[in-house]
Amino acid sequence: MSEKTAYNERLDEKLTNIFAGGHSKYHEKMKEQNKLFVRDRLALLFDEGVYLEDGRFANCEAGDLPADGVVTATGKVGGQQVCVMANDSTVKAGSWGSRTVEKIIRIQEIAEKNRVPMLYLVDSAGARITDQLDMFPNRRGAGKIFHNQVRMSGFVPQICLLFGPSAAGGAYIPAFCDIVIMVEGNASMYLGSPRMAEKVIGEKVTLEEMGGARMHCSVSGCGDVLVTSEEQAISEAIRYLAFFPANFTELPKVIESRAAKEGRTLEAIIPENQNAPFDMYEAIDQLIDEDSFFDIKKLFAPELITGLARIEGQAIGIIANQPKGKGGVLFPDSADKAAKFINLCDAFGIPLLFLADVPGFMIGTKVERAGIIRHGAKLIMAMSSATVPKISVIVRKAYGAGLYAMAGPAFEPDVCIALPTAQIAVMGPEAAVNAVYSNKIEAIEDPKERIKFVQEKHQEYKEQIDIYKLASEMIIDEIVAPSNLREVLAMRFRAYSTKHVPQPPRKHPVYPV
Amino acid sequence: MKNIQSTMAGTVFNIVVQEGEDITAGQTVMILESMKMEIPVEAETSGKVAKVNAQIGDFVNEGDVLITFE
Repeated sequence: MSEKTAYNERLDEKLTNIFAGGHSKYHEKMKEQNKLFVRDRLALLFDEGVYLEDGRFANCEAGDLPADGVVTATGKVGGQQVCVMANDSTVKAGSWGSRTVEKIIRIQEIAEKNRVPMLYLVDSAGARITDQLDMFPNRRGAGKIFHNQVRMSGFVPQICLLFGPSAAGGAYIPAFCDIVIMVEGNASMYLGSPRMAEKVIGEKVTLEEMGGARMHCSVSGCGDVLVTSEEQAISEAIRYLAFFPANFTELPKVIESRAAKEGRTLEAIIPENQNAPFDMYEAIDQLIDEDSFFDIKKLFAPELITGLARIEGQAIGIIANQPKGKGGVLFPDSADKAAKFINLCDAFGIPLLFLADVPGFMIGTKVERAGIIRHGAKLIMAMSSATVPKISVIVRKAYGAGLYAMAGPAFEPDVCIALPTAQIAVMGPEAAVNAVYSNKIEAIEDPKERIKFVQEKHQEYKEQIDIYKLASEMIIDEIVAPSNLREVLAMRFRAYSTKHVPQPPRKHPVYPV
Repeated sequence: MKNIQSTMAGTVFNIVVQEGEDITAGQTVMILESMKMEIPVEAETSGKVAKVNAQIGDFVNEGDVLITFE
């Protein structure tokens, strides 16, 4: 009996050390930064704070490296079994040694074999340089983590919560995740630190400017959701996860329906003047279950809205032009944003709703030099190859390649619906009349006559592209009164829920990048 | 010194604020016309307008400073 107690004492002592994490001064520092200890993060994340841990005793003989700076665990989040790796920045700044890396690889393998989502709670300074030969270049070194992420991409959901730095090679963990949630003020991503930038290239810059959360969520597009606290990051991750099945072989769960938010009707929200701006978010609110919208990349390329939502309890992905931001015109960044979002939804069986009010892709020197054509090709390829149910709604205008990008009729949407305000054309009336009659217009000397001529031509053009004419030609499939749109969408998404499209026999397309 | 930049290339369609005026974050300060659309330009932060750097009809490129704050 006494022998058994001695064993237990040794175990208890080891466990106490492991659960305590790093030195108390590092815990103090975390508190000052409004950061939570890794085990407190996990307690918030997992249902009832319960989880199974692997590799808990990793490096326990070293003394000052509890769990080797990373907790790897499996448990339930929102009722769904998931696997998690979480850096402990109180242990050598969350840096990676050989056992850290091995633990991360093993939890990824568990996620893959059990076909459950993988969450990465990142707060790490990067490689432990002193251990580099054991953790950097080898077959089961850090590179294997990224290789696994690529293998698992589209197989199970992969989510990154960024609480602190994600430096150098480590920055590829967020890069390969489906979504990156960043805590403002603490989260950062960079290949070289500001100190390194100053030494190597002579640039003087702050961490916030170069790799801060707000910069990545609004300028670089490496971040998807900007939050103000770690608690919010965790609650947003739980909310996001609820939209997804455990893996690509399953479909998202349908939950109880909720009424749309009370507000102005679509008729009141959408101005008849095609050129006047309105807020597409207000229109979306009238179509979806109240409070169900999960905005992805809200601050990045705001001229295009991408987000998850529910219509009568069914999970959908919305791609909507935002006339209030840059007129809803498509730019290189908006095309990238939509391409990634469409890939995400298509991978996990989430149907797509396109809400089109788009004057086209941007023109001019600046965007041509930025390669708007190849960026646009990414969007069109992602949309075109998506085989989940796709519904295209022409809200107002859909001009030029904008019609194509927003799942126009040629791209096999399951249905192309027009609102009575819809206008489909190669270009808008003003541009078209200018293009065809510019010489003639200039030749008319009397200004009154000139205005009269232009107005007549506008009218003729509008008649040519009248939406009932397009419906008569079966270019669009249905014209729906705005007040019925929500109900029609809900019924149609249910109707297409068994959609199956066989893939052509090939390895994969040659993706435009 | 803060300022308001053009969000996209286009021509200045209307200027809604005047020099010396106090403006609040989110307020529309100028309307551009681009791609045949009216594009409202909003102030990201509050401040007092020191100078309006464009006139109606001017072509402005993305990133050009439209309004300088005091």
